[in-house]
Amino acid sequence: MTNTNCNEMTQKYYRVDRMPHIWCPGCGHGTLMNTVVRAIDKVGLNKDDVVVVSGIGCSSRAPGYMDFNTLHTTHGRALAFATGIKMANPKLHVIVIMGDGDSSAIGGNHLIHAARRNIDITTIVFNNNIYGMTGGQFSPTTPYGDFATTAPFGNIDKAFDLCSLAQGAGATYVGRGTAYHAPLMQKLIEKGLENKGFSFIEGLSLCPTYYGRKNKKGNAFKMHSYFKDNCVDIKVVEKNPEKGENKILIGEFYNSPKTEYTEGYQVIIDKFQK
Amino acid sequence: MSNNNGYKLVQGNEACVEGALAAGMRFYAGYPITPSTEIAEISAQKLPQIGGKFIQMEDELASMAAIIGGSLAGLKSMTATSGPGFSLMQENIGYAALAEIPCVIVNVQRGGPSTGMPTSPAQGDIMQAKWGTHGDHPSISLTPNSVQETYEYTIKAFNIAEKYRTPVVLLMDETVGHMREKLKIKDSSEIEVINRKKPTCEPKDYVAYRPDEDMVPQMASFGEGYRYHVTGLTHDETGFPTNNNDVSGKLVQRIVDKVEKNIDDITYYEEYRMEDAEIVIVAFGGVSRAAKSAIDDMREKNIKVGMFRPITIWPFLEKQINDVAQKAKEIYVAEMNLGQYFLEVDRVAGKKCPVKKINKINGELITPNEITYAVTGGAIND
Repeated sequence: MTNTNCNEMTQKYYRVDRMPHIWCPGCGHGTLMNTVVRAIDKVGLNKDDVVVVSGIGCSSRAPGYMDFNTLHTTHGRALAFATGIKMANPKLHVIVIMGDGDSSAIGGNHLIHAARRNIDITTIVFNNNIYGMTGGQFSPTTPYGDFATTAPFGNIDKAFDLCSLAQGAGATYVGRGTAYHAPLMQKLIEKGLENKGFSFIEGLSLCPTYYGRKNKKGNAFKMHSYFKDNCVDIKVVEKNPEKGENKILIGEFYNSPKTEYTEGYQVIIDKFQK
Repeated sequence: MSNNNGYKLVQGNEACVEGALAAGMRFYAGYPITPSTEIAEISAQKLPQIGGKFIQMEDELASMAAIIGGSLAGLKSMTATSGPGFSLMQENIGYAALAEIPCVIVNVQRGGPSTGMPTSPAQGDIMQAKWGTHGDHPSISLTPNSVQETYEYTIKAFNIAEKYRTPVVLLMDETVGHMREKLKIKDSSEIEVINRKKPTCEPKDYVAYRPDEDMVPQMASFGEGYRYHVTGLTHDETGFPTNNNDVSGKLVQRIVDKVEKNIDDITYYEEYRMEDAEIVIVAFGGVSRAAKSAIDDMREKNIKVGMFRPITIWPFLEKQINDVAQKAKEIYVAEMNLGQYFLEVDRVAGKKCPVKKINKINGELITPNEITYAVTGGAIND
């Protein structure tokens, strides 16, 4: 795992003239964005062939800072735009970055259908358990009982397990990392990029500004420490199930390649083209 | 389906697909909805046979998003729908307008509001085609009244979309979509096909949203080496978001101006027996066919009546309607809604002559007799 050195990476993959970024101090999104860039570098993709698509929200500002073909779409619809791009030109490596509300509330329908088709899109969700851009409303991944500006008396919605959702819908590669476990996150994205099909990688992020403050989680350091102390790799749990009790599972959950959608369509073209 | 000397007997919806393919459509994303579904079915059948792509999306929001993506990746792209789906597409139509992504949206209108009357004709989406998405934006809508015209104006819709880098709505109605008539498929040498302007500069010199003199920026496809940013936020010439009030205002003004100031280039209409007409019927789409018949009946009774038929519904043909109003003693606007296009005609013509409405919203066509009755006050109705 030898990545290009840090300064070279910055110059090569970031639009440094777009900095500084808009994220709050302590936000986990910058770290997660960096794992995406490092994974692209490690896999060795040509920048001209990479398209990064996002929806709306804090996470969705990431593509603007990344020096690829980048598309900042409408709220929830990133996967639908990305599907059109991949269909039109299957040679492109299409990466989608979404937030938790973006991907599973307003965009939930597109998530399950992109997964079902197994279209070759690497989807990375920066999950900070809150709507940050609009100031701290609960999302479909806000834990039950937690507080948000629209759950002032505690959240009575049950939270999605995004990885289970994506796997159940048909994603052929599924994993979860965190902003603290950046090397793992990078590795999962690398494998997602290499999977010819729909890959879903959840990156647990942290929002000290809204979610953290509302729920007395402490500063960014404390929130990172929480990930450090409470996440267990699925490989460990598979051997010792008791180690997974009341913990957050991370690691590679599912890796089972199946026929990719645009390849399936190409078979039709090859057979019926006149 | 017969096929004689290049003529086919087809539905309007099939003619739409034939026109789209002739114009270069190579990507279709859609969701089934009556009365437009044949457009999806025929696209699914024909596109892979010429190396194009079809995808059935999970809903109309996704369909509209997918054609924007397809267009950005370099393929001419289209979707088709009807009222409920057209409503769902509105947000992303606005995205295509602001991000300047060429694409064609076909709306085969049916009775509304809501689920309404799925299999019945209506023209209730006239104002929605103009104002359906939020904010100020350019709007182009073309309305054919026959199978042949559906073919011709689908081609034009693509050409306009490509030339001006903007979404174009082909505003059909159920009558035209499901009507069967002969269609002359043209030889490719007879068809003008316009493609978007591509950058000729080096990628490092490419400024994605810097307009040329025609107010339209050059458009690179993703994957061609011009790495740039596309957003639905107001942006500067580089394509990156800005909150600068001056830049934001100028951007919205430019995307509106590039259409409004080129209106002569996208003005299509027909005048029928207008040479000495004192009474003018303004009608479009399926209703214009009834109007023609009514005019012929009334002409036999020596009533000096003619028709002005806008094919370009948006932008509004203000100049032509103004000319009509200069000569007419009375104008009737016949449409299958409660008077949507009437509002625009009355705005321009109302101070010069009386403008009256002939409307029907029960899912039935307006008949020639009903038009004749309205115009003559029942004097010659039989």
